[in-house]
Amino acid sequence: MEETVTLESGKKRTQIADVDRSRYDFRYDDSQAEKLDAGLTPDIVREISERKDEPEWMLEHRLHSLEVYHGMQMSDWGPSIDGLDMDHIVTYVKPPTEQQSDWDSVPDNVKDTFDRLGIPEAERSYLAGVGAQYDSELVYHSMQENAAKLGIVYSGIEEALHGEYAGLIREKFMTLIPPTDHRFAALHGAVWSGGSFVYVPRGAKLDHPLQSYFRLNAKGAGQFEHTLIIVEDDASLHFIEGCSAPKYNVANLHAGAVELFVGKRAHLRYSTIENWSKNMYNLNTKRCRCEEEGEIEWISGSFGSHVGYLYPMSILAGCKARASFTGITFAGRGQNLDTGCKMVLAAPETSASVDTKGISKDGGIQTFRSSVVATPSAQGSRCTVSCQSLMLDDRSRSDTIPAMDIRCKNVDIGHEATIGRIGDDKIFYLMSRGVSEEEARTMIVNGFAEPISKELPLEYAVEMNNLIKLEMEGAIG
Amino acid sequence: MDNMLLICRGLCASAGEKAILHDVDFEMRSGEAHVLMGPNGAGKSTFGHVIMGDPAFQVTGGSIVFDGIDIVGLSTDKRSKAGLFLSFQAPVEIPGVPLRSFLRAMVDAHGLKMKNKEFKGRIKELSAELDMNPAYLDRELGVGFSGGEKKKVEMLQLLLLRPKLAILDETDSGLDVDALSVVSRGMELYRQECGGTLLVITHNTRILERLTVDRAHVMVAGHIVDEGPASLIDEIDAQGFERYETAGLAIEGK
Ligand SMILES: Nc1ncnc2c1ncn2[C@@H]1O[C@H](COP(=O)(O)OP(=O)(O)OP(=O)(O)O)[C@@H](O)[C@H]1O
Ligand SMILES: [Mg+2]
Repeated sequence: MEETVTLESGKKRTQIADVDRSRYDFRYDDSQAEKLDAGLTPDIVREISERKDEPEWMLEHRLHSLEVYHGMQMSDWGPSIDGLDMDHIVTYVKPPTEQQSDWDSVPDNVKDTFDRLGIPEAERSYLAGVGAQYDSELVYHSMQENAAKLGIVYSGIEEALHGEYAGLIREKFMTLIPPTDHRFAALHGAVWSGGSFVYVPRGAKLDHPLQSYFRLNAKGAGQFEHTLIIVEDDASLHFIEGCSAPKYNVANLHAGAVELFVGKRAHLRYSTIENWSKNMYNLNTKRCRCEEEGEIEWISGSFGSHVGYLYPMSILAGCKARASFTGITFAGRGQNLDTGCKMVLAAPETSASVDTKGISKDGGIQTFRSSVVATPSAQGSRCTVSCQSLMLDDRSRSDTIPAMDIRCKNVDIGHEATIGRIGDDKIFYLMSRGVSEEEARTMIVNGFAEPISKELPLEYAVEMNNLIKLEMEGAIG
Repeated sequence: MDNMLLICRGLCASAGEKAILHDVDFEMRSGEAHVLMGPNGAGKSTFGHVIMGDPAFQVTGGSIVFDGIDIVGLSTDKRSKAGLFLSFQAPVEIPGVPLRSFLRAMVDAHGLKMKNKEFKGRIKELSAELDMNPAYLDRELGVGFSGGEKKKVEMLQLLLLRPKLAILDETDSGLDVDALSVVSRGMELYRQECGGTLLVITHNTRILERLTVDRAHVMVAGHIVDEGPASLIDEIDAQGFERYETAGLAIEGK
């Protein structure tokens, strides 16, 4: 299915017309939603927990996380988050519905939102399952029967806390990302809400992807969904995550957490297209642990947000485990996106590769930050990091900050970074064939992004190219 | 003045501080084939780029009238749509953009209203005509193409767009015997099928064996130092540019 992407989508890519911001930037009145008071107190945390009717251990986890949060300093590196006033972020906004498994039961506003984002359509045409979150809660979750027959579980994580896998969740929950990791991990631990749970049993292989879509509609609110995926030995899964929000003039916060467990010889591809609105502080944390010969592939497109910190981490814990990270970040006007990844080579003969593209435009700042750690047991491991940046004008910035911590002889680490501009000769060449300057630039940027978009299923590649086109509009003059 | 397609009068152009073209007068009628010759660094490519509107060069004097309109203030894409075409001496590489989508964008920009099926058929036909492996259509534009392959791709674009005036800047250089005959066949095709007007910039008289040349121009150090009928080409082939170089210096000294 995906093999056709390169050629077929290549054609579509330059033909996409009529991209419309309103596809993402529309909002509904949130007066029907139930909101908890802004701020962070044990009472708020208790109330969230109570509403969810969670097990006692989870409440304890939340309260503990809150304590950690209050005792922790903000990090002193990366883009400024001074515009984020934590005392005024609403941590919990419940949409006016319970979770549904057919779209017709979802309230019109909410359904319309996902319709406009193309989710039900995608579900019909090629997804094996869909979860849709609106503000703090999942409003829809459904999976095809054939996936269920394989024993695959795909449900809301809160629902799963009451089900068969409750014990497993308790065993894994926030072990890869402990609340003590950083201040927003602690915050997440205290107020998390919504998110998906996926369990792929040993040997099960799902052909079509599962997708979760996160939509933050409420103004001045935070979204803190928790995604937990367990892919057992020899199993295989492609999971897609999408997100967007309408634009407000006050700060919104996203501090989700993604924890992925990949078993022996198992395979997980985790694709994300992030398109938060440009008032969003995206302080998201993602981690994966791979056992022997297991493989994680991250595909990541970051387009939205005002400020972003995002560094998915792969811990290669088993011999010959593999990880690859393929990412693109596009920072336009008013955006400061600090993205990259961490690779931890913690077993013999592991291999990791990082291939990223960064684009900055209109005064945007794009920083690629990577960290490669090889532990003393990483003998015979390899890691290559390649990062290319493109600055579209003189006002924009691109930086590369690679870090390495190698504690093992006999590992092979390579790093390569280039920062460049669009050559005037290329623009002239394209224009000499009748293509307008704007289109010429868009073509070159799309081409630059091609190694990433070709990794995505066709429909997402098209969406990504639409986003690039949107960002490029009005670039001239 | 009738059916004059290109008229340059007193054209001066520079790249930043460096003046390259000096007082160039140049005329071509519709349907003619002209040759522009001159030693390395004379300003031939610059001339082609200036006509096409390359922002790397500034027109510091004179005029360029194409098909009845002064194009000096026109952006490059508009010049292309007006019917100008430049086959680059050094075509660029654009990673990640398949040749096929580039051709499609070009056809659309020109408002050629080709349905996808027709477009596919046309480029397949042209690849065959130019003895080009159709698999190249799915490769990234220019990336990893050999010198000769790049030149064929330029010819393919020419035949797809069917412009009024095509400037071929050393499209024949670096080609093997077979590729050379493919390119000259392409030139013929362009003249016959599209009634095309050609300005061939070249160092290589072989390509001219199969082209009826109406007029030849010689450029030295940014000046047009001679022009005449096709026989001028043979004279230069035999004697080189030496006699002009002193002349060129004389003009410069004035
Ligand atoms: N962008 C530029 N900036 C400065 N000088 C330039 C620039 N482009 C061309 N030149 C100079 O202008 C002169 C003419 O160059 P041009 O490429 O037009 O020569 P040419 O006649 O095409 O030579 P060749 O036969 O080698 O292709 C050269 O001296 C060249 O170095
Ligand atoms: Mg030249």
